[in-house]
Amino acid sequence: MTTVEKPVYSVIGTRPIRPDGVEKVTGKAQYGADVHLPGMIYGRILRSPHAHARIRSIDTSAAAKHPGVLAVVTHGDLPAADDRVEELGETAVNVRELSSNILASDKVLYRGHAVAAVAAASPHVAEEALAKIKVDYEVLPAVVDVRDAMREDAPLLNEARRTKSMGGQVSDRPSNIASHNQFKAGDVEAAFAEADVVVEREFTTKMVHQGYVEPQNATAAWNSDGTLTVYTSTQGAFAVRAQLSEILRHPLARIKVVPMEIGGGFGGKTVVYLDPVAAVLSKKTGRPVKLTMNRAEVFEGTGPTSGTYIKIKAAAKDGRLTAVKATLAYEAGAYPGSSVGAGAMTMLSPYDVENFEIDAYDVVVNKPKTAAYRAPGAPAAAFATESAVDELTKKLGIDPLDFRRNSASRMGTRMVNGIAFPRIGNEETLDAAINSPHYRSPIEGPNRGRGVASGYWFNAGMQSSVTAAVNSDGTINLIEGSTDIGGTRASLAMQLAETLSVPYETIRPTVADTDSVGHNDVTGGSRTTFASGLAVYEAGMDVRRQMCARAAKLWSVDPDDVVYEGGKLRCTKDSTRELTFSELAKQSARTGGPIVGKASLLARGAGGAFATHIVDVEVDPETGKTTILRYTAVQDVGTAIHPAYVEGQIQGGVVQGIGWALNEEYAYDESGRMLNSSFLDYRMPTTLDVPMIDTIVVEVPNPGHPYGVRGVGEVPIVPPLAAIANAIADATGHRFTDLPMSPRRVLEALEGLE
Amino acid sequence: MEAFDYVAPRSLAEVYSHLGNGKRTLFLAGGTDVIVQLREGRRHCDQLIDLKHVPELMRHGFTSDGTLEIGAASPLAEIYEDAEVQRRLPGLVDAASLIGGIQIQSRASLGGNLCNASPAADSTPALMALGARLVIGSASGSREVAAEEFPAGPGQNSLRPGEILVQIKVPPQPAHSGAAYLRFIPRNEMDIAVASAGVRLVLSPDNSRIEDVRLALGAVGPTVILVNTNDLAGKAANAETFKLAGEMASAAARPIDDMRGGVAQRRRLVSVLTVRALNTALQRATEAR
Repeated sequence: MTTVEKPVYSVIGTRPIRPDGVEKVTGKAQYGADVHLPGMIYGRILRSPHAHARIRSIDTSAAAKHPGVLAVVTHGDLPAADDRVEELGETAVNVRELSSNILASDKVLYRGHAVAAVAAASPHVAEEALAKIKVDYEVLPAVVDVRDAMREDAPLLNEARRTKSMGGQVSDRPSNIASHNQFKAGDVEAAFAEADVVVEREFTTKMVHQGYVEPQNATAAWNSDGTLTVYTSTQGAFAVRAQLSEILRHPLARIKVVPMEIGGGFGGKTVVYLDPVAAVLSKKTGRPVKLTMNRAEVFEGTGPTSGTYIKIKAAAKDGRLTAVKATLAYEAGAYPGSSVGAGAMTMLSPYDVENFEIDAYDVVVNKPKTAAYRAPGAPAAAFATESAVDELTKKLGIDPLDFRRNSASRMGTRMVNGIAFPRIGNEETLDAAINSPHYRSPIEGPNRGRGVASGYWFNAGMQSSVTAAVNSDGTINLIEGSTDIGGTRASLAMQLAETLSVPYETIRPTVADTDSVGHNDVTGGSRTTFASGLAVYEAGMDVRRQMCARAAKLWSVDPDDVVYEGGKLRCTKDSTRELTFSELAKQSARTGGPIVGKASLLARGAGGAFATHIVDVEVDPETGKTTILRYTAVQDVGTAIHPAYVEGQIQGGVVQGIGWALNEEYAYDESGRMLNSSFLDYRMPTTLDVPMIDTIVVEVPNPGHPYGVRGVGEVPIVPPLAAIANAIADATGHRFTDLPMSPRRVLEALEGLE
Repeated sequence: MEAFDYVAPRSLAEVYSHLGNGKRTLFLAGGTDVIVQLREGRRHCDQLIDLKHVPELMRHGFTSDGTLEIGAASPLAEIYEDAEVQRRLPGLVDAASLIGGIQIQSRASLGGNLCNASPAADSTPALMALGARLVIGSASGSREVAAEEFPAGPGQNSLRPGEILVQIKVPPQPAHSGAAYLRFIPRNEMDIAVASAGVRLVLSPDNSRIEDVRLALGAVGPTVILVNTNDLAGKAANAETFKLAGEMASAAARPIDDMRGGVAQRRRLVSVLTVRALNTALQRATEAR
């Protein structure tokens, strides 16, 4: 643990039990699949068997007559949608495209695209009825690879689409390239000309899924008074409500979204799929309708993250990174909106590099529309940068971490988007990695190697609202609207306990539905402990001010003469006047009524996070299989509110990165059919595939937060892809530039097979 | 899932009474494959006969001559947890203990694994290497076949209408012999073999020469393949011979290219697995038991 001077906290930095823990480990916590309402019926979705086809007609008459079927819906049952973009916190969506993704309109754009839905007395009956829906498809040629989709003669997903460039230019010809952006500074060609060493490489990564354990689900009740209630698994109840309002053209206040416990999201549960379908089925039948996906539907019908192609040329001079030229092309899936921009904007963040030229292309392909996935866009871009940097250091014979330290970004360094970094902990993180027990110990033995890589993620602020209601016994109900994916009930309650100097156990946090708390953006962008934490702090300060006023009233003194200290109220003019928090809480009814602290804010000052990872691997030269021997993740977390959950976030990100590096991929045949839409063949790591992930928590407080919080959840997935590739290169002498580095690919490369 | 009748007979006679009634029939000998196949619409049936309540199909034990008789629906965990099975047949334990996880192993059976007839089935190469024989029963009597005669193609076994697999018989193993099963999977658990090898090595009494090798390969052909290894008899049990056995495995393999593995990769892997399995078998053959 490295640290700069930090205040002494009483609650922050401890490891209390999470408020939701007992319910979860005893199986009592209520998830979306547990929802049962009186009269509830079940929906199933018909999905496209084709990757690209025009829908000539849909005949639902036989399905509607199937015994037990209560309703069948298609795109025609959704209101006409506007062609405009709506901000949903971390991601922006075009409402018309979102609506067409919910239920296909004129075309299906990927295999698994929802086409129609049936509601019936049982899910099995609904399933049977799906087989009776007749869809007349005109099958069209499909394009599933980003480079193929960029070709001028590629099949077009949307004949009306033109390429939009920075500065508002629009291409003459239709294209699958939805946008092209460029980030540029200095003179890369001059820097390449005078460099000591230059590396040029091409990299590819495959589409990968977040792999949350809990499939999407939604239960909707369209009530007779025109209000709609939806129970769902989501990272943001308000984002679901906004999307429902847009798609269904229904006022926000007449929609209540109840966020159930969530079995993982990682960015994937910020957009809706089932919720509007359940709503229209419920409206049509007058019954509550429940929809749940199976695993194949999750893979084929929800948003993974982009497959990518990245070309990079990097140069070093005098032991520093001096120039980078890069082209990034990301698969957006069926509709525009990949994370290529974030990839471009984060790929050089660990470096102070003067000359760069980065071109970023957002490209549609006949695959599911991508969604956010943990530091969206950054891991693939870091795979390219950090692999190239590794090769530069090998050519120069310089220690890879010393090289990064020499080239490190710091406060004042400008990101590629021109914004200067505030106080960041990149150098401290690199120093902690250089001095770590792992890096200082040798790696020995045949077929073994070590790799390092760094990474960056912005982290987000956005909108949060919380309410802290002080009860007459001194306990507090903390009402928040950020769904709890990673232990945020605990991290928010801890910040309130710190602010009020009261025991953590006296605070009961609740994640409320959209009728019961002010607007909260999604739990995404690693923002909740930071931004909702800021709101909690403000609400706590509000409570303190109100309590000072109450004490002043009781004591008949000026409120300015009352101070709140250590969970007690004292009069600065009269040392005999003192009340504890709970003593005063007891008197709230007699001093003016309930004491409720509130805060609603748009959080600014999110602190970016840096990570450097060290990994040792052993590669079996006879099978191509890579074993992770040792892994250390070093990360600046600002201030670790609950260190155990910080470590858990880091470890979880690393494990997902290991999967991405070694085995995970969407495998397609040429027709655009996914070949591995199950957890058997989509190979995420199991517990036996990863060692203990060691963490080194660096704390360089974020000046934008009273307790120095930085988001921690996303940056740990950024370095592993490159760190593992660099380790495999060290172990085998072979540099892998295409992910995943599966045993097959490694064996074929090492033995020159096929 | 489509609707079907569920039948849970209490005796073999009762099982046979439900066959030949014109209904498309599937058997539940664990359900770890068949339930998934029914759910995904890959198989269809009018009746599902649960074999888990038939006593003869649920027990296992050694006969006086040392043959291990295993009821076809006995859960894998009961087999590999048996100390006597562990002592006498570690090559069978290798396979039975790596199919799925503990929950799967508590339901899944050797009979189910054989009848499902996946070319990548883990228990089949191990049983072939051990020279197992299969007892097939019907209302009109029973017959026996060698394990290697049972698979008929991917997902197809050689049961005739009205027949079920009743028992697996693993004969007593020769003196100075050892067996092993190895598979390659990209992860370390919960996976399907990309390639696999089951071997049994019989040595001369002084351990100097190979008397016999049985070698069966999984996931490199339409069925599990039993390799002709006659040329290995009489050779020394050393690295050079094992390398030759690996080459014989590669040559015998007829793999396909699919998303689980490539042709060249699978040919290479069966060679590596054969050598590694033979090394384990040699160790088992020569260590005191």
